[in-house]
Amino acid sequence: MNHILKFNLNGDPVEVTVKSNEKLLDVLRDKLGAVSVKFGCGVAECGACTVLIDGLSVRSCITFAVEVEGKNVVTLEGLQADGPTKIQKAFIKHNAFQCGFCAPGFIVSATELISKNPSPSEEEMRHALAGNLCRCTGYQNIVNAMNEVAEDNRKGDK
Amino acid sequence: MENFRYLKPATLEDAISGKSEYGSRANFLLGGTDLLIAMDKGVVLPDAVIDLKGISELKYLEERDGAIYIGAAVTWTELLESELIKKYVPALWEAADLVASVGVRNTATLIGNICNAVPSLEGGAPLYVRNAVVFLEGKSGKREVVIQDFFTGVKRTVLGDDEMVTGLKIPVEAKFGEVYIKMGRYEGEDLAQAGVSVYVDGDNNYRIALSAVAITPVRAAKAEEFLKGKKLNPELAAEAAELALEAIAPISDIRSSKEYRIHMCRIMVKRGLAACVSRMETGLPALSTRLI
Ligand SMILES: Cc1cc2nc3c(=O)[nH]c(=O)nc-3n(C[C@H](O)[C@H](O)[C@H](O)COP(=O)(O)OP(=O)(O)OC[C@H]3O[C@@H](n4cnc5c(N)ncnc54)[C@H](O)[C@@H]3O)c2cc1C
Ligand code: FES
Ligand code: FES
Repeated sequence: MNHILKFNLNGDPVEVTVKSNEKLLDVLRDKLGAVSVKFGCGVAECGACTVLIDGLSVRSCITFAVEVEGKNVVTLEGLQADGPTKIQKAFIKHNAFQCGFCAPGFIVSATELISKNPSPSEEEMRHALAGNLCRCTGYQNIVNAMNEVAEDNRKGDK
Repeated sequence: MENFRYLKPATLEDAISGKSEYGSRANFLLGGTDLLIAMDKGVVLPDAVIDLKGISELKYLEERDGAIYIGAAVTWTELLESELIKKYVPALWEAADLVASVGVRNTATLIGNICNAVPSLEGGAPLYVRNAVVFLEGKSGKREVVIQDFFTGVKRTVLGDDEMVTGLKIPVEAKFGEVYIKMGRYEGEDLAQAGVSVYVDGDNNYRIALSAVAITPVRAAKAEEFLKGKKLNPELAAEAAELALEAIAPISDIRSSKEYRIHMCRIMVKRGLAACVSRMETGLPALSTRLI
């Protein structure tokens, strides 16, 4: 079954023809050019394919494209439309990625976390990011980057 | 994955009539975190997928008439963010916090969890100790099934081919303490090797449920009977834990050996008993304290 799917991608309305069984991940990458979204495991375990749907992080590898009809989908391309975000700058400063494959997913998940909890404790951030896997960094540099973001937001509050 | 017909009804009525048309050849879709993986593996190959997320009647989470009502479309994240759940069903709250990861919890639901009915399901034990009542609706009408009667085996439930679960209710209790403990290998994606929920009320009535250690979650009736009316002490807890083991029949699999599961269930029941009594009396330990 074919569908003419309409939704907002990174703020812009898009229209694309999809089959019912097409995954959001494949449609974003292959039909809409949003290649920051990565295929890591395909079974919701690694977080590399994370996107925001109406502000919530979702695994696009186990989402049918047809499910996002009328919704707002944001990928890393959208987050960095005006240049690197605060989280990305902290990741760069702390060498929080090596091969970089996990980074888009981490940054999208971290963006959701910071939007709900601007200055998470280390325990809170490790819990919130537990579903994003990284094969390279050993996580410490990612935590260091996030600690800086949290610390900065804490200061901003005062 | 084969192509299929995707339906997104706006009402319960349309969803049920769609399901009756296709019967076992259609699957309902909530978060899809079990369904898509089964479809990818080719284990489930529906001709039609009926997405329930457009039905506003399924999106309730409220306290009414002495019970907490949870609609089918409520996600684990929404349960975690609910003060009602935290206050009135804290063991379910703790279970929610341990399901997969944020990215899964944002779409996955408690109702999808029980409908999928794997033995390791996080939603099982916390609902068992509260005698939750599941709402079913199909072509021939509505019925209510207490959670202990809902599961009939591994990935099997009492649901008929034309039926769906629309939600469930959990009775509100005045004075009680409860806890859910998950044994898993790591955080973020792992299913439980074993899960234990323990509940106590102000008259020293105890309820103990275990999951991932039999084909469905189980209540430890002998242990509950043994403890009934008694004030807990470490010796009683140890004896009750031994009795609780009589209710389980764990297997060895990739996640754990049978022996390890039995050993850990004994410890989890003991600590769970102590924790729920102390929660009832003092409010401590705080939610999500690591007990193992
Ligand atoms: C990486 C990963 C980690 C996971 N970790 C955990 C974990 O730690 N603990 C845990 O318990 N589970 C875990 N799961 C399993 C899954 O996320 C949960 O079981 C989840 O709660 C399922 O809910 P859902 O809304 O996604 O269900 P869906 O996949 O939408 O549905 C599940 C099944 O129920 C049927 N169904 C859906 N709605 C209804 C209805 N209203 N009436 C009748 N049938 C219906 C569907 O057709 C399908 O067969 C994990 C899954 C993944 C992919
Ligand atoms: S590719 Fe989606 S979680 Fe790994
Ligand atoms: S930087 Fe290589 S996977 Fe994380």
